Amino acid sequence: MSTLKAIVVAALAIAFSIGGAAAQSEKWNKIRIGTEGEYPPFNFIDSNKQIQGFDIDIAKALCAKLKAECTFVAQDWDGIIPALVAGKYDAIVASMSITEERKKRIDFTDKYYHTPAVFVAPTKAGLKDVSPAALKGKTLGAQSSTIHSGYLEDNYKGSTLKFYKSQDEANADLAAGRLDAVLADKVALNDWLKKPDAKCCAIAGPDLTYGGGVGIGLRKEDQDLKGLFNKAIKEILADGTYKKINDKYFTFSIYGP
Amino acid sequence: MNLELLERYGPRMLDGLSVTAMLVVASLFFGALFSLPVVLARVEGGRFLRAIAGAYIQFFRGTPILAQLFLVYYGAGQFRVGLEEAGLWWLFRDAWFCALLAFTLNTAAYQAQILSGAIANVPRGQWEAARSLGLHTPAIYWRVVLPQALMVALRPYGNEVVLMIKASAVASVVTVFDLMGVTRLAFSRSFDFEVYFWAAGLYLLLTEGVRLVWGAMERRLTRHLAPAGAREMGGAPTAAARTPVTAAGEGRR
Amino acid sequence: MGDVIGLLAFGSAGWSDELLAGAAVTIALALATLPFSLGLGLAVALLKRSDRKLSAAVGHAYTTVFRGLPELLTLLMIYYGAPLVVQAILKAVGVGARVEPNAFFAGVLALSLVSAAFTSEVFLSAFNGISRGQWEGAYALGLNRRRTLGLVILPQLVRLSLPGLSNSWLVLLKDTSLVSIIALEDLLRATNLAVGATKQPFLFYTSACCLYLMMTGASALVLRRIETRAERPYIRSPA
Repeated sequence: MSTLKAIVVAALAIAFSIGGAAAQSEKWNKIRIGTEGEYPPFNFIDSNKQIQGFDIDIAKALCAKLKAECTFVAQDWDGIIPALVAGKYDAIVASMSITEERKKRIDFTDKYYHTPAVFVAPTKAGLKDVSPAALKGKTLGAQSSTIHSGYLEDNYKGSTLKFYKSQDEANADLAAGRLDAVLADKVALNDWLKKPDAKCCAIAGPDLTYGGGVGIGLRKEDQDLKGLFNKAIKEILADGTYKKINDKYFTFSIYGP
Repeated sequence: MNLELLERYGPRMLDGLSVTAMLVVASLFFGALFSLPVVLARVEGGRFLRAIAGAYIQFFRGTPILAQLFLVYYGAGQFRVGLEEAGLWWLFRDAWFCALLAFTLNTAAYQAQILSGAIANVPRGQWEAARSLGLHTPAIYWRVVLPQALMVALRPYGNEVVLMIKASAVASVVTVFDLMGVTRLAFSRSFDFEVYFWAAGLYLLLTEGVRLVWGAMERRLTRHLAPAGAREMGGAPTAAARTPVTAAGEGRR
Repeated sequence: MGDVIGLLAFGSAGWSDELLAGAAVTIALALATLPFSLGLGLAVALLKRSDRKLSAAVGHAYTTVFRGLPELLTLLMIYYGAPLVVQAILKAVGVGARVEPNAFFAGVLALSLVSAAFTSEVFLSAFNGISRGQWEGAYALGLNRRRTLGLVILPQLVRLSLPGLSNSWLVLLKDTSLVSIIALEDLLRATNLAVGATKQPFLFYTSACCLYLMMTGASALVLRRIETRAERPYIRSPA
């Protein structure tokens, strides 16, 4: 029987590539960062198959302050929290908003930006009023597992809601005419509206501010890492590194209130 | 058993279940209808018709159902302008309809294969005897061949129903809120693994339920045959028996 | 038309190399699953034939569950659930190591479990096709149960199960497309990426379907030749 046990353990090890984790809790000099890669301009995969974006630059700056070596792992959005909890990486830097529901499973650092959300709709429709009453019966879309999908579910019960694996897919369906409007982060949508396949559409209605800002997702037991990241965030805000990264992508400060 | 979770998502999962049921029943029904001309082309048609029907069957049996679904759903989006002009866009705009169309085409191909295989399995002697009695082809089909063919096809048809229930889960990938879609939504908000167990339970109820009902129907309809049952009717293994009309069932996806 | 050719070209502008790389992953996934599917399927078939009620019940329960659940559900449950299970096991054992959920492994595991349920039914009906006389003759010659199985039954089993197994293989090839949903870079996922970048879904999904047709078609041809060769000793001359 012991040979069988050995085989089972060996198979599990091979399959799951168990990393030596013992030293991690003392010294964070190697940090694996999970991100999505399908949310420009915050995180996206460029033509050289490299992950780039605002989130990535912020993460690199923070790691520099922590004198840690950071590697990035792409993960699809729906699985991003389970993978953190399972240990596939140590932190989520993927424009993840801080919400009470998520706080039940993971912990967050302080926010590193906070931008409003907004609806985008076909210009032809001339949509101005985006209240639940005005959008009753219409088909609205958002990325699943986001504060935007949650907001739609909580407030737009009279409309038909559709959720997508990535923001890209939601935008594509809007451009294809399957949706009457998409609710998402204003900055991300602005980025999409600059692209040729977005020529159908424009922002509709006012800015909507909700959520607690965007923070770095961490496992609940990694409080030391949380402290380290919070300190680093304060440092990059103070010494101008944050502003430099911010200005690289945006013409206004996205740190928010 | 997380009761709060049940309260929040239970009713929606049942909604999803009814969406799944409707999608499956509709696909199977329209698929059955559409398979008839295909079978006719395969069995009675000349070389050209047979080739077309064969190509159709080959395409939908040789490619994954997910790829077929993407082709219909995203392809329709690409041809939106043409569809709008034809006045059909409102139909293709809806994800449920796209799923229905893709599934119908898919199951029609499998059902055509089942039925044509079963018809081929009917001994030539039946045809010859019917002709010698002076019956015309439609009458031969209706009164002699189809009743016998359907006995043989019962088991594979039952398999097809079960397989369609399982295949319907891929509709969730294109935003249809069937049982699988609601489950994924519930998991993405709560991250509680329990929702998958409920979904598993519901799907098992569906598939096992169909299997038991179908088995009972099969036994009743073939009770006039030898104890060996419908499948042994052919005698020596024929070519049709090779196209799996076996216990393993027609595989598909 | 030149557009189409450009998109389907090899190299950095065209997508053919990405699609073919995806097709390679598809085939690799199916091939990796095959031994587990056959081995586990045979084991479950033997369980179902067992004289012990409990073993038979376990075998039947396994088949019922994995034949009755949608493959997508099984895949997602394993992908999201397996790391949690392994982690719980490791924690109980006391190892503090963290575990990396691997999409390829989750895909192989899920597909194996589902495929084995179907192959076990194929093996079961093949077993039923072998007359009792074979077993009795072997025992009469003094072979024990294991040697009978290996030397006498298995060769016949292979021939009888070939049609069902061929079908299983084709189904497996097509089922691999589901891993595109857990972001594994198979053919369908490569196609999705191409479509996302070029906004030409009809062209690329049709191409992907053609590639799948080539794979299933080639497999079907090869398998039919194998079946023909296996049948050779048993063909009776026309009466």
